[in-house]
Amino acid sequence: MIDDRQKLIHAFGALAELGQEVSNRNSFQETIRTSLHLVSGAIGIMRAGVARYSRFGHELNMLAVRGLGDDFPLSLSMTAEDERQFLTAGLNTIDIDQARVLPFFQVYGHSFESKRLEQFVPLVVRDEIVGALFLGEKATADAYTNYEKEIICAMGRHIGVAISQRNLMAEIERHSEENRKLVDDMRTTYNDTVKAFATAIDCKDKYTEGHSVRVGKYSEIIATELGWNPEEVEGAAVAGYLHDVGKLTVERKIINAPYRINSKESAELNRHPGVGYEILLPIHHPYANVPLAAKYHHERLDGRGYPDGLYDREIPYIAKVVNLADSFDAMTTDRPYKARRPAADVVQDLHRSAGKQFAPELVTAFLKGVLKELTGEEKDRRFRRLLGREYMEADGLMPLVRGTLNELTPTSPITYIGRDQSAVH
Amino acid sequence: MNTENLEDHSAPASDTDTAVVLAGDYLNKISGEQIERECKSKLDEGYKRLVVDFSQTEIINSIGISILLGVIDSAATSGAKVVFSDLNQDSIELFETLGLTKHVTIA
Repeated sequence: MIDDRQKLIHAFGALAELGQEVSNRNSFQETIRTSLHLVSGAIGIMRAGVARYSRFGHELNMLAVRGLGDDFPLSLSMTAEDERQFLTAGLNTIDIDQARVLPFFQVYGHSFESKRLEQFVPLVVRDEIVGALFLGEKATADAYTNYEKEIICAMGRHIGVAISQRNLMAEIERHSEENRKLVDDMRTTYNDTVKAFATAIDCKDKYTEGHSVRVGKYSEIIATELGWNPEEVEGAAVAGYLHDVGKLTVERKIINAPYRINSKESAELNRHPGVGYEILLPIHHPYANVPLAAKYHHERLDGRGYPDGLYDREIPYIAKVVNLADSFDAMTTDRPYKARRPAADVVQDLHRSAGKQFAPELVTAFLKGVLKELTGEEKDRRFRRLLGREYMEADGLMPLVRGTLNELTPTSPITYIGRDQSAVH
Repeated sequence: MNTENLEDHSAPASDTDTAVVLAGDYLNKISGEQIERECKSKLDEGYKRLVVDFSQTEIINSIGISILLGVIDSAATSGAKVVFSDLNQDSIELFETLGLTKHVTIA
């Protein structure tokens, strides 16, 4: 009687620990190993194993074993009849004598008997086999009692749930990986489409060939210098690529006019931000605010822009980024009525316009990008590729950019340490 | 787990055939498998008598039992004897109930 009570307390302790182990976030392998210890130790079983069932391979693959030796099969094939019998047994134990009639016993019977296995416990969760316990003789050498079988079955339910959870997690991870690949493919397709659109937009204006692509790249540089995350940087590039999509509806002769256009033509041209917004709005973009960038990329901080004359904080931030990139490209490329301006002029203009047309921190970010390339800190020669080597290597450009950067933030001067380690104040 | 401590706890007794392994308080966790490995290592070294010292072990749970069954099994395979020493009364009763005492000597 004392023995029985002590056994019961010990077994229930093991059951409680097993419940805790399964609900802990330990590694799956550790959980299974611990579970097998708890089952063996609860009853005093000399040898035991726990296997996971693969419904694809129709086999039980051993996850953990105790005392079964190296010659015990690690993978046991199951026939349909074995599966049926396991499901019929549910979570009840199958004695070795009952198991002798099962097809898998004909194959593995010798191993089972040489290791003195006495009980098999199918682990069934929601009418599916997820695994099995293989239990050998007890240290007492007595037969398993009904109460011990019940304790084992209760513990088997916990282990079955742990295996089932693991299977579900693996399935979720597999689906998640597939979805990630799908999203990547869709993003690539989207970005390729965006670039194709940008090329189509640029084809309309022979003088500004490559304008949209360059604005996309400048926007990307600004976003990078602002420390945006990779997805936001990609979004800024897309906003740049598509900012002039509304020009597709503007007559080619207005866009290509080799003279300063009149007010009527100007009104027609100035419709393009709104039209671009209308074109982009129905599209589900993977990045935020692409349509708004198209609509407001001609707005200025001082309210003198168009189409709505918005002021500073009324302007979406992405539109401010694209506005700067767009203006920089306009200043640094030849137009039918105006040659491009020298780099030093452009830097000075950006400086003067900071706080009026452009957000000062954006000018700072952009010029930091320029300076990084001039000092060699940035190896990718983005500006040189877009503007030409000679243009970027104009005399005095580097000190001018450094000086401008310091003056742009008078209250908190930037200390820029370039490759030559010279501090700029 | 601090394996250095475990190794420090294990030392051959004066009898050249006897190795003593301290069960300590690692026994009741998965990390207690280290004790089982330690015992196997002693058996591989040729010790024919393995003394598991429980002087610093208050309670033994199912994990501990399972690990000790592993030790018993390894010793049986190696033809070695296992002695459990300094067990408290509760543990002795539990070992009797679960059949461990059929395979070891209690000292």
